[in-house]
Amino acid sequence: MKGVLARVFDPLLDGLADIGRTGWFFLALLRALPRGLTYPRELLRQIWFTGAKSLIIVMISGLFVGMVLALQLYYTLSIFGGTSALGTVIALSLYRELGPVVTALLFAGRAGTAITAEVGLMRATDQLSAMELMAVDPLAFVASPRFLAGLIAMPLLVAVFNLMGLFGGHLVGVTWLGIDNGTFWSNMTSNVSVWKDVINGEWKALAFGGLISLIAVFQGYNAPPTSEGVANATTRTVVASSIAILALDFVMTAFLM
Amino acid sequence: MNPRRSYAAGTGLFILLGFLVLGYLATQTTSLVNFQSGPTYDVIAEFTNIGGLKDRAPVKMAGVRIGTVKSIGLDQKSMDARVVLAISRRYDQIPTDSFAKIMTSGLLGDQFVSISPGGSPHNLKNGSIIDNTQSALQIEDLIGKFLTSSKSSSADSGKSQ
Repeated sequence: MKGVLARVFDPLLDGLADIGRTGWFFLALLRALPRGLTYPRELLRQIWFTGAKSLIIVMISGLFVGMVLALQLYYTLSIFGGTSALGTVIALSLYRELGPVVTALLFAGRAGTAITAEVGLMRATDQLSAMELMAVDPLAFVASPRFLAGLIAMPLLVAVFNLMGLFGGHLVGVTWLGIDNGTFWSNMTSNVSVWKDVINGEWKALAFGGLISLIAVFQGYNAPPTSEGVANATTRTVVASSIAILALDFVMTAFLM
Repeated sequence: MNPRRSYAAGTGLFILLGFLVLGYLATQTTSLVNFQSGPTYDVIAEFTNIGGLKDRAPVKMAGVRIGTVKSIGLDQKSMDARVVLAISRRYDQIPTDSFAKIMTSGLLGDQFVSISPGGSPHNLKNGSIIDNTQSALQIEDLIGKFLTSSKSSSADSGKSQ
């Protein structure tokens, strides 16, 4: 009986403990952040590595998401005879919801895993301990630049995703399905607001960027120093950040409404 | 160019590109496009019912956008809606007896104020009031009218039989 209970509750307790440890790690990271800013070159390298190199996948995904959105919404709107609102609905769906969430999921898969694997191997090959011996704080030199890079890169990637999505939606809606170009744009520009929609989505992007890079660095930092340990940590990064993104998205949407 | 500087330049390019795209999205695809810069003058129009008219809705003349709805309030004396229209100074040749009407763009579109020109030699100035107005079309009223008219017509047909 005790064995069954333990088997059910142990993973739950493990998960809870992981959340708690991530919280403590976040506090330690915040304390190290000012010292992390003394390594601007490392920050630049991380923005290049996590942000600029994710540009291609984000652009292609954005294009296809926008194209599918146009097809699906055209079908739905044509039931109500409101296809003139296609531009508005595409822009609002992208800015408020799909842009931040899809980009964050891609970012977790493309950059989050790479961060965990890299930091995990640093731990496994004792590079982190070596830094401590040389009086270089790994939280400042390794963790902070990666965290800040996620914070900076995500909003920019989301903007690129939105633009490509809009382009894809325009391509399908106007060029293919034959909605008037003027209607598409004028309906959009009269109903989309900067603060309520564009900036609203950018807040989400900022939060997701910080969350993903925090989880990724934490998992790498605490990965068991074996090849299996690093592999498990990488998996946990994807699983944990995906769930965290979707849960936080719900909460943020409810608050930013 | 050494490799270190090349990725630094690439990163700079990425950041610049990201902000440019964000700026484009914020200014070209949102209501900021319709933001009217330049001097305007206020004209007041009173409607018995404004329907779903909102602040910053367009004011159009012959389909051309000439201004925006600045504010909407209730006139306590007449119990009418008092709508202040901010019209661009460029369009200062609008006759005083012009006709203001609340219209809807498309079946489900947003509402806007349409102004049809009158024939007066005098033009609207800051603070002028447009007397000739027509309220927003209310679907409920239309249905109500349709129902009562169909009832009375069936009553008529009943009489004639």
